[in-house]
Amino acid sequence: MLVIKDLHAKIDDKEILRGINLEIKPGEVHAIMGPNGSGKSTLSSVLAGNEKFEVNEGSVSFNGKDLLDLAPEDRAREGLFLSFQYPVEIPGVSMVNFMRTAVNEHRKYREEEPYSASEFLKLMREKKKLVEIDSNLTNRSVNEGFSGGEKKKNEIFQMAMLEPKLAILDETDSGLDIDALRVVANGVNKLKSPERSTIVITHYQRLLDHIVPDYVHVLYKGRIVKSAGKELALELEEKGYDWIKKEFED
Amino acid sequence: MNKTCRIVNLQEEYSQLYQEHRSMIEDGAPEKMNALRAKAFETFIEKGIPSNKVEAYKYTNLQPYFKGTLDIAFSKEAALNGSSDKFHCSVPELDTHNVFLINGWFAHLEDAHQLPEGVVVGSIREKALEHPEVFEKYYGQNLGDDNDAMAAMNTAFAQDGAFVYVPKGVVVNKPIQLVNIMTGENDRLVFQRNLIVVEDNAQLKVMLCDHTISPQKFVINNLTEVFANENSVFDVYNIQNQHNLTTQVSGMYVHQKKYSNILTNNLTLHSGVTRNNIRVTMDDENCESHVYGLYLSDKNQHVDNYSFIDHAKPHCQSFELFKGVMDDSASAAFTGRVLVRPDAQQTNAYQSNNNLLLTQNAKINSKPQLEIYADDVKCSHGATVGQLDDDAMFYLKARGINENEGRILLMFAFAYEVIEKIRVEPLKENIRSLVEKRFRGEFDKCDSCVVCGHQGASVSCL
Repeated sequence: MLVIKDLHAKIDDKEILRGINLEIKPGEVHAIMGPNGSGKSTLSSVLAGNEKFEVNEGSVSFNGKDLLDLAPEDRAREGLFLSFQYPVEIPGVSMVNFMRTAVNEHRKYREEEPYSASEFLKLMREKKKLVEIDSNLTNRSVNEGFSGGEKKKNEIFQMAMLEPKLAILDETDSGLDIDALRVVANGVNKLKSPERSTIVITHYQRLLDHIVPDYVHVLYKGRIVKSAGKELALELEEKGYDWIKKEFED
Repeated sequence: MNKTCRIVNLQEEYSQLYQEHRSMIEDGAPEKMNALRAKAFETFIEKGIPSNKVEAYKYTNLQPYFKGTLDIAFSKEAALNGSSDKFHCSVPELDTHNVFLINGWFAHLEDAHQLPEGVVVGSIREKALEHPEVFEKYYGQNLGDDNDAMAAMNTAFAQDGAFVYVPKGVVVNKPIQLVNIMTGENDRLVFQRNLIVVEDNAQLKVMLCDHTISPQKFVINNLTEVFANENSVFDVYNIQNQHNLTTQVSGMYVHQKKYSNILTNNLTLHSGVTRNNIRVTMDDENCESHVYGLYLSDKNQHVDNYSFIDHAKPHCQSFELFKGVMDDSASAAFTGRVLVRPDAQQTNAYQSNNNLLLTQNAKINSKPQLEIYADDVKCSHGATVGQLDDDAMFYLKARGINENEGRILLMFAFAYEVIEKIRVEPLKENIRSLVEKRFRGEFDKCDSCVVCGHQGASVSCL
């Protein structure tokens, strides 16, 4: 589904990703962990197409297409979804209008008829129920005045609406209380299917109790320095990153 | 008759125009109207059409626009030129009393019998004769002491316009819509003078819809005087929807008495050069005023909103919000003058002007101007100029929304705050969709009249 080969990326001439290699197959859940500044969020931004970062080497193929060649909106329409670490507030744009535009743009891309207002509202009701998002959140402007937890729940709601093939959750668990964490994790698990893959970027093992990964990777200084099964997360929780740093430096 | 006039040197020809046609200008006009002309003319000739050397017109030099070969109508027949019965309104969701004015002259009023009892709507020159006590009490009484040259010009030259009178305690439920149509086969100079009086405890909502339906150049000087008396509620929405060859100087002079609540909203959707002079005089205690504006311009359009809120008495509140989106090489200006007189303690005055520039060449000059002579007041002002938010744009793209749709969403989000201030629900809906269309580039001012829905000739779509 996703094949990343020797990916290098920089911002303001500072190289942050220094040769990432990663392959994700349909249905798999990969966790990416690592200390602050290791390049985790940069990786997700680069995959989503944020133009602040410049890719200077490497390739990414997504379902056979050259991902780096696609505009950010086309990456989304091809089925890539980024749950933002810091979702943006957009006063004046209603959630309904925002989501209807997004969903219909996806449909247009697949050469399907746009949803009518009633079809759309029906879909929205179903998905709201699925991810247990509060009804009044969707009556407001996009993320405006939302609490941290509400913003993250809103990301998961958007994911449910857009039904991506690959979801990247960028520190979706940071700053979440246990209830919000449960809602987020349940949302992700309910949307899980043999065709859908997930990348979970996180600092903490906590979220991985709820979203169980098939693989855990450690990112350090712009490279994946260790990959293993889910037990690696537990080990990291217990021992921290120092031993990995040490191993890497040696 | 229509008089064709070639204007090169401004004052010289305008002076000649006035003097040579004085008898025609005064013919049939109310006495009070004529009585004020001479002094106004003097002021106008002394000051002239403002250039950008005049501080209040620093960002809009009107002189070049008031030159050219222009027709002027000195009678109703000449102004209407046989085009009076072309227009009719049929937009069901907007239930209004419709008044049509052509080239500044009153043409007709639909369904006059449906107006609440005692409400007077009609031609200012005719109604002044029927209601001399109202006319003489109010006409020309609210132009302030700034002796604005364009207001003086209007007082000197204007012969007709709309007259609206709402007697004590009457609530006019349906808005009154004044549809101002500019048309003709030659370039034209138009004057229009409206007088609106809302008596104690009365309520009135007015829409002023400005249109051009022929492709000629139009130079317009119109002025509306409003008197909102004790405990009255008055709204005016000025929807400006004219082609690029239009120059409009539009004066809105509102005078408030105790406990009155007024709202003005200038929605400049499409224009050539627009200058709005908005003056609110809070001449009594406990007045409340809401002064709003939205200007959307592109190509070489220019919009200049000059507002002046005069807090003359204590315990008054004013809320001011102007927002603009400028594309291409469009330019705009905003001046927000707030005067809090020594007497006006406990004043609350809030002002805000926000601008979105979409290109490198678009331009805005924003000037808050607070003059506070009382010491127990709350006044605030803020002016911002910005571009579309990159982070918000990326967020939209990451959800599959393309750049163009994203821009429209974000521009609309920006404009939305002013639209939300509209206190007439169906009009709000209407403006919402018009603004969205404008941003989509699908807004064809000729498709239909903004509010009344009549068709314009395609040739006028400049």
